[in-house]
Amino acid sequence: MTAITSPRVKAPSVRVGPLSTLRQTMTLAWRSLVQIKHNPMELLELSLQPIMFVLLFVFVFGGAIAGSTENYIQFALPGIIVQNAVFATLTTAIGLNTDIAKGVFDRLRSLPIARTAPLAGRVIADLTKQVWSIAIVLGLGMLLGFRLNNGPAGVLGATALLLVVALAVSWVSVLIGVIASEPEKVQIFAFVLLMPLTFTSNVFVPSATMPGALRAWAEINPVSVLADAVRGLLSGGPVATPILQSLLWAAAITVVFAPLAIRALRRKT
Amino acid sequence: MPPAITAEGLVKKYGDTVALDGMDLSVPEGTVFGLLGPNGAGKTTTVRILTTLLRPDAGRAAVAGFDVVADADRLRAHIGVSGQYAAVDDHLTGAENLEMVGRLYHLGAKRSRRRARELLERFDLTDAADRPVQGYSGGMRRRLDLAGALVADPPVLFLDEPTTGLDPRARTTLWDVVAELVAGGTTVLLTTQYLEEADRLAETIAVVDHGRVIALGTADQLKDRIGGDRIQVTVESAVDLETVRRTLAPLAIGDVQTDAVASQVTIPVVNGAAALTAALGRLAAEGVVVRDAGLRRPTLDEVFLTLTGHHTVEHTKESVR
Repeated sequence: MTAITSPRVKAPSVRVGPLSTLRQTMTLAWRSLVQIKHNPMELLELSLQPIMFVLLFVFVFGGAIAGSTENYIQFALPGIIVQNAVFATLTTAIGLNTDIAKGVFDRLRSLPIARTAPLAGRVIADLTKQVWSIAIVLGLGMLLGFRLNNGPAGVLGATALLLVVALAVSWVSVLIGVIASEPEKVQIFAFVLLMPLTFTSNVFVPSATMPGALRAWAEINPVSVLADAVRGLLSGGPVATPILQSLLWAAAITVVFAPLAIRALRRKT
Repeated sequence: MPPAITAEGLVKKYGDTVALDGMDLSVPEGTVFGLLGPNGAGKTTTVRILTTLLRPDAGRAAVAGFDVVADADRLRAHIGVSGQYAAVDDHLTGAENLEMVGRLYHLGAKRSRRRARELLERFDLTDAADRPVQGYSGGMRRRLDLAGALVADPPVLFLDEPTTGLDPRARTTLWDVVAELVAGGTTVLLTTQYLEEADRLAETIAVVDHGRVIALGTADQLKDRIGGDRIQVTVESAVDLETVRRTLAPLAIGDVQTDAVASQVTIPVVNGAAALTAALGRLAAEGVVVRDAGLRRPTLDEVFLTLTGHHTVEHTKESVR
């Protein structure tokens, strides 16, 4: 029989130090990422929706909207990357919701680890998945004729900006993850809020074609400004204004939703 | 030696519902303490407060010398918790689940792995160690969850209904583990709805109802508290039950219980042996055919019934995940 006891772990100091916090965060990020090894389908699921959108929109609507599929993919691909990034933040909501429902969240909270580590670990893992799905959509787009006019620097810049905005939107996702009663509710939320949000933007068609009020909204919609910024960074064009607007949106979303999400999390106690 | 766990006047309300209504506890180091009560009695709320997952509205509590609110950060290094629901990650293997906990305790990758293997072996999970938990049975999950609570060998262990949903073999394994841990100096607080479990494991039992302790003592003390022994008479034919009841009622010091299904009558008495002789004499005089008659100590369920007026597990089902 194996001994059940092992040397007692020394009590850490009252506050968890920054290095420990980082290690714990990385352990918990590892936890979310190592799952992919056992469930490779998850990566495919992450990529399936954007691949469908790219193929359907480019080939079905492309000719009608932009005259040719080549012209259309150059316009729509950056927007589809943005749309996908917004949807992908829901991974955080679903994961968090599952952890809370299953008691894993409580188990982690009963451990002598930094209070921020479980959330930070999850978000880091989810941002890693974001990079993966950006790469998939971009790769597919390039196969279909999308041209990178700003080279690798543009790709890096676009990825960085997408991650910054995704991080901000993650606070919305955390809030949903905490208040939703079950993961299915998270999906319903995605459909009723994120679908209209991403479609009332310039992702698929230029906002100039839309009627008055809708057009006004589409021009300030965060999805639109981020799509403009990513378009500029990947295929060339003005970038300063849309990047600034995107960052302002990210800041605004964080200022509103981070306190709400943190409060909701605290309420769980 | 100071107690490993203390609680004084803990109160917790959820809206109008009072989950805890002045809970007091004192658990000496190196002992097993059982919180016995039905669903909704406040057992889980107590455990959640003692493990820093919930703040009490009033009262105070300390575990391993650390206040559950003011010293929560330090307290967490001294406890292990295994909850009512198996808190394991479905998408990780059993080994990975335990390694994760080890790493979070900064055991290091190598030691975490070794510790995970030790615990998997101890809980008969070696064969399933490298399979995702998704495919585990309910009992396997519970065992893995308990193993997770033991990774850092905490001096104080909280087990919230640890054997709910376990098969008899897994239950025995768990009981052995608890006995072994306590022999090694660990303090264990466990909650249970099972009288048998509290009786078997816990040195001290607190009977909990409506958010407070209504009785406290060893199993024997609690049984003594409601007085005397029980004469249990089983008859051949259920038609005799009423005769038995009527004949023996004068000997009873409390409510006579009739169980028609088991053709059994239970009578609380004092001076057990003499009362049993008297009872058999009376039944023989009435011409009742007795299949079995004996003397036994009251069960904890009877203790509970006497103290609260209701059974412990009357309306609760064993939940199996």
